[in-house]
Amino acid sequence: MDISFNPEEIAFQKEVRTFFETEYPADILEKSANRQSLSSDDMVRSQKALHAQGWIAPNWPEEYGGTGWSPSQKYIFETEMARAGAPRLVPFGLGMVGPIIYTFGNDEQKKRFLPGILESDIWWCQGFSEPGAGSDLASLSTKAERDGDHYIVTGQKTWTTFAQYADWIFCLVRTSTEEKKQLGISFLLIDMKSPGITVNPIVTIDGGREVNDVHFENVRVPVDNLIGEEGAGWTYAKMLLTHERTGIAGVARSKEQIETIRAIATKTDNGFGEMMTDDADFMRRLALVEIELMALEFTELRTLAAVQTGKAPGPESSILKIKGTEIQQLITELFVELAGNYATPYLPEFYVPGSNVDSVGPGWAADATSKYFNFRKTSIYGGSNEIQKNIIAKAVLGL
Amino acid sequence: MNFSFSEEQEMVRDFVERFVREKYEPDMRRKIESSEQGFSSENWNMFAELGWLGLPFPEEDGGFGGGAVETMIIFEAFGRGPVLEPFLATAILAGSALRQAASAAQKEALIPAIIDGSIQLALAYCEPDGRYNPANVSTMATETGEGFVIDGDKSVVLNGPAADRLIISARTHGQQHDPDGVTLFLVDASAKGVSRQNYPTQDGFRASEIVFDEVAVSADAVIGELHGGYAILNNAIEEAILASCAEAVGAMEMLYKATVEFSRTRKQFGVPIGSFQVLQHRMSEMFMEYEQTKSLLYRAAMAMDAGADDASRTISALKIQVGNAGRKVGQEAIQIHGGMGMTEEMYVGYYFKRLTMINSLFGNIDYHLRRFTGA
Repeated sequence: MDISFNPEEIAFQKEVRTFFETEYPADILEKSANRQSLSSDDMVRSQKALHAQGWIAPNWPEEYGGTGWSPSQKYIFETEMARAGAPRLVPFGLGMVGPIIYTFGNDEQKKRFLPGILESDIWWCQGFSEPGAGSDLASLSTKAERDGDHYIVTGQKTWTTFAQYADWIFCLVRTSTEEKKQLGISFLLIDMKSPGITVNPIVTIDGGREVNDVHFENVRVPVDNLIGEEGAGWTYAKMLLTHERTGIAGVARSKEQIETIRAIATKTDNGFGEMMTDDADFMRRLALVEIELMALEFTELRTLAAVQTGKAPGPESSILKIKGTEIQQLITELFVELAGNYATPYLPEFYVPGSNVDSVGPGWAADATSKYFNFRKTSIYGGSNEIQKNIIAKAVLGL
Repeated sequence: MNFSFSEEQEMVRDFVERFVREKYEPDMRRKIESSEQGFSSENWNMFAELGWLGLPFPEEDGGFGGGAVETMIIFEAFGRGPVLEPFLATAILAGSALRQAASAAQKEALIPAIIDGSIQLALAYCEPDGRYNPANVSTMATETGEGFVIDGDKSVVLNGPAADRLIISARTHGQQHDPDGVTLFLVDASAKGVSRQNYPTQDGFRASEIVFDEVAVSADAVIGELHGGYAILNNAIEEAILASCAEAVGAMEMLYKATVEFSRTRKQFGVPIGSFQVLQHRMSEMFMEYEQTKSLLYRAAMAMDAGADDASRTISALKIQVGNAGRKVGQEAIQIHGGMGMTEEMYVGYYFKRLTMINSLFGNIDYHLRRFTGA
C-alpha cells in the first residue's frame, strides 16, 4: 500500500495545473469564481478546450477517445480541475449515453454519435423519470410502438435537466407490456427536433430553470436509433446508473469547497470582534464534514482501484452516491451559516453575466441559500438515497 | 395549570386561520409574492379593520392589550401561509421598541397610525459586520446643537422598502461592541441622506440595505434613554423570535401533514409510499419535532407573559429548537415528496424556505446556544 505520487505523477500534476492556468478559457474560470451562471455556450467552450487537449473523456476506453490514465492520474485530474474552479462537465453525453453507446451500440451508432459527444457539438439530455415513475423507475409508461421502420413514441418524461439546450435525448421506453415490467423496456435515442416533442420548464424552489417536462406525442423514431436489443434497456440503464452514482460523489469539488469555507471563515466577523474561525461550534461542524470527506475520498479511490483491476463498479457505488451527496448538502448548509444575515437576500439577477445588479453583502454569500435549496435535489436524483440504501441492503448485505 | 385558550383568543385564532385559508391559497400567495410591493395592501387594510394590528399594543395607546400568547396565536396561523404582510417588522419589531420606550408624543404620533394601517415601520439594527449581535453597532450618531447627525450602514432591514419610518440603532457612546452607548432613533425613511437598496428575500418578503449619510435628526427623535437602546433592542428581538417561532410551528404543521397526505396518495412499486416503514418512522419523527417545538413555544410565550426570570433563556431554547426541528422537518418534507418537493409549484417549498430563513434570522442555533449557556 502506498498513497504517495511517483515522479511521473508529480510531473503529470504539474502539466494539468499548467493547462488550467494557461490553456483553459480564463473568462469561464472567472465567471465560476464570481459565482455567475454559465451559458450553454460557456459550457460547450469549456468542454471543447478539454477536448482539444485530449482530456475530455478520462473514463472512456482509449479506443473510443479515452486517456488511458491510471486511477492516480484520474484522481490528480479531478483534483486539479476542482482546484482551478473549472465547471464540471455536462454529464449526459460524456458520462451517460456515451458509455452506453460504446458498450452496447452497433458500429454504425458508434460512428454516428461518439464524435459529437467528444467534441461537445451534440447536447444530450436524459429521459428516464416520469411523473408516475420516480424511485420505481421500471414502472415507466412512455410507450414506443413499432410501425415499420419506426417506433411511435408517446408519453412524458420529467426532471429532464437542460432539455432546453438538448439536440438529442436518450430515453427508456416501454416496447412491451407482456412480460415482467423490467423486460419490456428499451433504450432509444431520439432527435429533439422530431415533430411531436414539446419541452416545458419546471421552476425549482431556488428559482432555477434547469429541469423540464418533455412531452412526446406520436413521435416517429427510426428503428436504427434503438440501442442493443429491444427489451434490454433496463440492463443498460442499470449499468449507466451505477456509473452515474460514481460520478455524483464529487469528492474533489467538496474538498475545494471546504477549503473555500475555511478561507472565508478566517475573514468573516462572528459579530463579537472575532473571526468565524474562532467560533468553536462552527469549526467543529466543518471538521466533522471534512472527516466524512477524508473517508469518502479513500472509499472512492478504493473503488477506482478495483475498477482498474477489471471489476465494474458494483453496488458499493451506492456508498459514494449517499455519502457524496450528504456531504455536498452539508457544505451548502455551512455556507448558509457562514453568511449569517446575508443568507436572506434573493438576487437571481446577480448571477447573470453582464447584469449590473450589486451583490448584497459579500459576493460569496449571494448564492449560498439558493444553492442550499437547489442541492436538496442531490439526495433525490440519480436514484434517491433511500433507493441506494435498498440496493446496499439487497445487493451487498444480501437481505 | 391551563393550556387552553380563552374564548377571545380562540376567536382570534379562528379568524386568522380562516383568513389564511381563504387568502393564501398557493396561487394567491404566488401572486402576492411576485407583486412589486411583495404584500397585499388589501390584506393589510383588513388586518387594520379587524383590529389585529392593534392586538400587540396596550389599551392606553389605543390597542387591545394582547400579550405574547396573542402574538403566538396570530403568528402560528400566519405560518400556515406563510403570510407575507409585514406584521412582524411593523407591529412586533418596531412596535415593541415603541411600546417599551417611546415618549408620549412619539406614541401618539405613531401607534394609532400603525393600528389603523396607515403607516409601516422597520427596525434597522443589523450591520454588515455585526452578524447577530445587536450590540455590534458602528453606525454613529454625533450630537450637534440641534440634535444628531447619523452616519452608517444597516443591512437586511426587514420591510425596509415599504417602511415610512425607520427605527435605527446608532452609537452615541463607547466602542463598536459595547452594549452601553447604543441609542435608538426614529428616522423618516424619506429623510435627506437615507438611501435604500431594496430586494426580495429568499422566502418572498422584502428587505433593504440602508445607507445613512449625514442624516440630521432632532433631539426628540431619540427613543428611550440616550445610550440605552441595547436593552430595548434585545426585548424587541425576543418578541420577534417568539412570533417567528410561532410561524415556524404553523409551517411545520403544514409540512408534516402535507407529507403524510402525499405519502398516502403517491404510489411507487404498486403501493402508497406511506406504507414503507422507513418513511413511516421519518414522518413520526417530523410529527414529534412539531409537537416538541409547540411545547417549547407555549412555554416561552407563558414565560414571557409572566415576566419570568428565565424568559430570555427560554426564548433562546425555543429558537434553537426551531432551528433544529425546522431543518429536519423541512428537509424531510422535500425528500419524501421527492422531485415534486423541489418544484416551485408544490407549496412545500414555501414552508421549507420560510423555516430556513427563520433559523438564520435573529440569531441562528450557535448564537442562541451561546446565549442559552451564558457563554
